[in-house]
Amino acid sequence: MMQGSDAPRIYAYELACRRGDRLLFRKFSLELGPGEACHVTGANGSGKTTLIRTLAGLNAPFAGTAHCEGAIGLMDERTGLDPEQPLGRALDFWFALDGAQDREIVLDRLRLTGLVDVPVRYLSTGQRKRAGFARLLGQGAKVWLLDEPLSGLDTSSRELVRELIIEHLSNQGVALIVSHQSLPLPGLKTLSIEDFAAEPEPLA
Amino acid sequence: MILRLLKRDLAQFFPFSGGGAALPVIFFVAVAMLYPFVVGPDTNTLSRTGGGVVWIAAQLAAILPLERLVARDIDLGHFDQLRLRGVTEEAMMAVRVLAHWLSFGPPLILATFPAAALLQLDGPTLHLVLIGVLAGTPGLAAIGLMIAALTASLRAGAALSGLLLIPLALPLLIFGAGALARQDAASLGFVAAISLGLVALTPFAAGAAIRAVR
Repeated sequence: MMQGSDAPRIYAYELACRRGDRLLFRKFSLELGPGEACHVTGANGSGKTTLIRTLAGLNAPFAGTAHCEGAIGLMDERTGLDPEQPLGRALDFWFALDGAQDREIVLDRLRLTGLVDVPVRYLSTGQRKRAGFARLLGQGAKVWLLDEPLSGLDTSSRELVRELIIEHLSNQGVALIVSHQSLPLPGLKTLSIEDFAAEPEPLA
Repeated sequence: MILRLLKRDLAQFFPFSGGGAALPVIFFVAVAMLYPFVVGPDTNTLSRTGGGVVWIAAQLAAILPLERLVARDIDLGHFDQLRLRGVTEEAMMAVRVLAHWLSFGPPLILATFPAAALLQLDGPTLHLVLIGVLAGTPGLAAIGLMIAALTASLRAGAALSGLLLIPLALPLLIFGAGALARQDAASLGFVAAISLGLVALTPFAAGAAIRAVR
């Protein structure tokens, strides 16, 4: 399920996306190979989440092409963790599905070991975010699509996320990070999605 | 993979696992309990009309779990994450209709016994009701899942889905209750056939619906 094919890649060419009747952006092109990451910035509603979901293949592009090669790990504000279940059980569902081996290491790394018996709905925003990262690490996907990975995290957790991304890239992973917060990473490309905004159509 | 999904869906839906999933069964028995109070304890009236009451109660009980069937997992991003792991929406919905039926059909069949006692149904009638509920609940589960998937993105989805289920389940009700009126199991074959068709259709209809709201 999770074996990355030869080289992970994120690819978009002349991509245009819309949400409802509104064209969000167009002519967006991007290519990322192993070890590369791109930080896409933009105001709320500029189409960052739509971009991520289109690259993940969850939404169809309006024009152009978008695809990823290799297993995709998507991390957005919806963690996929059952709110009624204790965190450990909720994560174990995904760990089992993904064949994750290093459960304890992952939990320890994200400082979740003490929280495994707490139902997911009682977790704070930051704890839930860290749980999302635990799921992502367990998945072992080579392509990371991260939607606002830093929101709701405290300083030390932000630093941890930064480390995780650096590690992922040095393991020949590829990452697209969408965030309005700054993310200091060495060699990170930055694109503003607003540069691709569609001009408002003239009134008919 | 499929077994893991089934296990998770079952844990979510099964009565007495928390989250009020036992409500449909309690509701079902409650209707059967109230009916004798309303029409009086006359054995003849009760056993003549009781089988129909069981059918109505089963249909209304099928409305109760709809709200938690699909919308919650869309909000959770559960289906998105499965999609990224190569599970098709059709497979997700096929597993779900099975899990939904398992958590709703067999408990309702068991609850038919106390309901039949309360309604003073005689042996042959109970027999027809039991076969009918067994044949009809997969269809009710399938209609329920389709409606839940179609209305998942609507704000008033829960109220609307209740209204939608009633006309769609009418054929099941007509043939199911018709068997009681004629004391003849033949029309229960129609109930089973309708159920089978609905169950076969559901993964595709519900799968397309959750793809569309993504």
